[in-house]
Amino acid sequence: MGYPHPPHPKETVVLSKHFGDAEARTFEGWVTRGGYEGLKKALGMTPEQIIEEVKASGLRGRGGAGFPTGLKWSFVPKNDGKPHYLVCNADESEPGTFKDREIMRWTPHGLIEGVAIAAYAIGSERAYIYIRGEFTEPWRIMSAAVEEAYRHGALGGNVFGTGKRIDITLHRGAGAYICGEETALLNSIEGKRGNPRIKPPFPAIAGLFGMPTAVNNVETLAAVPHIILRGAAWYTGLCLGNPKSTGTKLVSICGHVQRPGNYEVTLGTPLKEILYDMAGGPRPGRRIKAVIPGGSSVPILTAEEADATIFDYEGVVAAGSMLGSAGMIVMDDTTDMVYQIMRLARFYAHESCAQCTQCREGTAWSTRILERILAGNGKPEDLELLLDLADNMTGKTICVLSDSCAAPIVSGIKKFRGEFEAYLKKLRQPALVAV
Amino acid sequence: MSDTVGAPRGPQRGASAHGGHGTEADAAYQPVFVGETRAKLEKLFEQYPTKQACLLPALWMVQEQRGWISERAIGEVAEVLGLTPAYVKGVVTFYTMYHTHPVGRHFIQVCTTSPCNICGAEDVVKAFLQHTGCGELGATSADGRFTVIEVECLGACGFATPVLIDDDFHESVTPEGVPALLQRYK
Ligand SMILES: Cc1cc2nc3c(=O)[nH]c(=O)nc-3n(C[C@H](O)[C@H](O)[C@H](O)COP(=O)(O)O)c2cc1C
Ligand code: SF4
Ligand code: FES
Repeated sequence: MGYPHPPHPKETVVLSKHFGDAEARTFEGWVTRGGYEGLKKALGMTPEQIIEEVKASGLRGRGGAGFPTGLKWSFVPKNDGKPHYLVCNADESEPGTFKDREIMRWTPHGLIEGVAIAAYAIGSERAYIYIRGEFTEPWRIMSAAVEEAYRHGALGGNVFGTGKRIDITLHRGAGAYICGEETALLNSIEGKRGNPRIKPPFPAIAGLFGMPTAVNNVETLAAVPHIILRGAAWYTGLCLGNPKSTGTKLVSICGHVQRPGNYEVTLGTPLKEILYDMAGGPRPGRRIKAVIPGGSSVPILTAEEADATIFDYEGVVAAGSMLGSAGMIVMDDTTDMVYQIMRLARFYAHESCAQCTQCREGTAWSTRILERILAGNGKPEDLELLLDLADNMTGKTICVLSDSCAAPIVSGIKKFRGEFEAYLKKLRQPALVAV
Repeated sequence: MSDTVGAPRGPQRGASAHGGHGTEADAAYQPVFVGETRAKLEKLFEQYPTKQACLLPALWMVQEQRGWISERAIGEVAEVLGLTPAYVKGVVTFYTMYHTHPVGRHFIQVCTTSPCNICGAEDVVKAFLQHTGCGELGATSADGRFTVIEVECLGACGFATPVLIDDDFHESVTPEGVPALLQRYK
């Protein structure tokens, strides 16, 4: 539901049903609400059956890339005699995104169930949940829930008396956006600097500690017990016309709207309904200027483009952006687009792991150029220079952090060029003091 | 992290911060990994196939006990995990949440990334700097009570402005709310 707001009639409440309900956090409370039935059912299936069911559901990764989950699991080799690992990505650091936090805060046992099912499906006896260091409250709640799950036999060497072993270890991050990138995350668990790895090999073949591994987002895994319990057909039925985008998606909406929060919608819902009906639209007397629909790493949409967008994987691409993590950042007519694009560039410069030249230099240099434009010292050729830099930062690096920095810059210059030119032509007071 | 902006190391401040050892070299170093802490770490070893994987957890244990991670502590962690101090240092400096210098008794992290920025996060930072007496980012107040830094997205953008004070996560902090909030941290 639209936590922290009451559920909106246009929402489809599955994952967020118990947000705000503190009793659902306990093992007993979860069981009373039908919890752990999904895991019990899964343990009676074969791993292949689980993978087939998840494949048939059409579930796609909710962490940003939208890769089909069942397919990802099917790449993990079978009976190869090696240890396998399931890793849950709870690093949630993409600006605009705050959904995994609520899943962990309110339905920790739902996540544990999803992790356990996925672990069993890929033949992993030990799973790790990597939680960003700043998530102190989710950490406490997840720790308590894991402990409880062990006490009740939902984890350990004999899960619900089936003789199967599933262990879960929580691993705390320590402040690094890049550790959300799956291979950086694996390095981080291994006790290394969080540098992304060159792919291939993909984690399914050589992941954590060099072993076959599947990395999945919190929201992806939280959906799994529902799919197992209610069946793939139920999930594919949650669809508004596009069979490639099934199920529900938590949309984190923030910035200049009346009711920021998490709204759970069936994929295919018009973006306009999320923005205006659920989140209440702009503040009184204001007009929406721009929407970043999928976390800060995707191209910016104008208000007009956003209004015409169908909110599913393909729909947002057709509108010229990406669904990403579905962290929707809304900016109204009070926003200085140049300043906020600079602020995003600064974010990527700060978070670059610095192993690729294009990224290390490109993010820092782009930030400096944007700062100088804002200080009133921009040069006429600066916009072309920024675009040229962005071109060099796209598709040329080990991971896509570099591309992510370029996305708001390129779309921003294209769609809000007038605001950049106002600084360049000194029609606007400098927003930054020259350094 | 590349060594650019905003990382919570900042210039060295506080009585014992001279290149990280200073006074510490004079006093006898009290090891962290003894007794209960040692037992906690040993228990963690069982959950990973390598000792090295316990590096981040071990560093957290140091910081929880000592407030920051000194050169001597880096040496101890290296020894306990069978790594070299240089390697451990390389990892410590990658992650922004580890302090390689002493910080105030209460460490305040304010998000100023775009989603919070457009909702007034920079004014919240100003209020913290003013009411803590820190004056500037990364500096510790004269009474040693506070250090304030700006951080990137805290993953709570719908609750602008989120602020992390020590291990307490505060949502929807406004400049007006800062003085009352600070009262809770002595
Ligand atoms: C720079 C960067 C940061 C990322 N951060 C996250 C994150 O915080 N959480 C997440 O689930 N995925 C993140 N991803 C995506 C992961 O690499 C990976 O695709 C995802 O965890 C896979 O899970 P899924 O298939 O369930 O979505 C990030 C990717 C990049 C390139
Ligand atoms: S693109 Fe940037 S963040 Fe990604 S691996 Fe290269 S330097 Fe690191
Ligand atoms: S941008 Fe401030 S919490 Fe995400």
